[in-house]
Amino acid sequence: MSENPFSLWVYLSQSPLLWLTVTLSTYAIADGVSLATHRHPFANPVLHSMWIIGVLLLLTGTSYTTYFAGAQFVHFLLGPATVALAVPLYENRKVVAAAILPMLAALVVGSVTAIVSVVALAEVAGLPRAVILSLAPKSVTAGVAMGISESLRADPSLTAVSVVLTGIMGAVIVTPLMNRTGIIDFRARGFAVGLAAHGIGTARAFQVDAVAGVFAGIAMSLNALVTSLLVPLAVTLLMR
Amino acid sequence: MIASLSLILLCQLAGEIIVRGLRLPMPGPVIGLLLLLLILLARDRFAFLARGPLQGDGVEGASRGLLAHLSLLFIPAGVGVVQKLDLLAEHGIAIIGILAVSVVVTLLVTVATFLVASRLMARGQGKP
Repeated sequence: MSENPFSLWVYLSQSPLLWLTVTLSTYAIADGVSLATHRHPFANPVLHSMWIIGVLLLLTGTSYTTYFAGAQFVHFLLGPATVALAVPLYENRKVVAAAILPMLAALVVGSVTAIVSVVALAEVAGLPRAVILSLAPKSVTAGVAMGISESLRADPSLTAVSVVLTGIMGAVIVTPLMNRTGIIDFRARGFAVGLAAHGIGTARAFQVDAVAGVFAGIAMSLNALVTSLLVPLAVTLLMR
Repeated sequence: MIASLSLILLCQLAGEIIVRGLRLPMPGPVIGLLLLLLILLARDRFAFLARGPLQGDGVEGASRGLLAHLSLLFIPAGVGVVQKLDLLAEHGIAIIGILAVSVVVTLLVTVATFLVASRLMARGQGKP
């Protein structure tokens, strides 16, 4: 033991080891609970890991920068994992090729709905213009959404918050919503959650069904492109 | 394993270069995804490509490994958001309500469009 009990903490709080371990073990527990509840929508591992680690950071007075020094190794894998979506896409290429037209129709209609619904509701609620602009790209993956937000001179951090909230809500709500409405086509279910709730929705889709995951990944990728073209157009048309 | 991961990273790297070079409004890894898909399709057409990570279950196995815990990868960014929840302070309830309604509407409209289009297509193919 060292003479100063704080020197251990000083060491740990400066090395990436501690927060990388915290990230992986919190997820391992949250994912275990999710499996034990047969992937219950409310046992979403992203949701629970997020707030548990958030509370830990708050309690230990750790800054996000310090946390991210450890967590960045996990964060980095998002890029390679997106590339890896090519493999389930390749393995299901026949199912995908047969559904090109429904996908294109759902992409255009869904993408417009995602933007118009949020802008219209925010206008009705009387939110300030800067807030509305920041919410508009909330259905696409964070990196792209923040880029759109920046180009509109909105607030990219508020955009990031709305992107993650949208992803979590979509991932939690999709299974009960689709079961309630009696939709059993996993291609359609997956495509909808990938379009509405980007990567977090796609991760949920992969938990439920492999084909749903494939269609979610396609919807997420295509929506990133369509939304970045549509948002600037939509805000000029919808906002005075 | 290492060769398979290298192939995935190479696709991502090429994607980032293409996106930045052409100023495309999409993430580099999405182009990387398309490149890897093209490589896999090309392998089926040209037998001489089936070597290294492209033989056996190489790149397929590595990709499945990465995707098995896709949820984990969103946690670091998500934690950053938890810390910024004070941004919602002024309009928090309104924003959360709007996002919730919008995501439900988007899910329903998208799934309905997909199903209607798929049914129309099936009907179109049914009649010669």
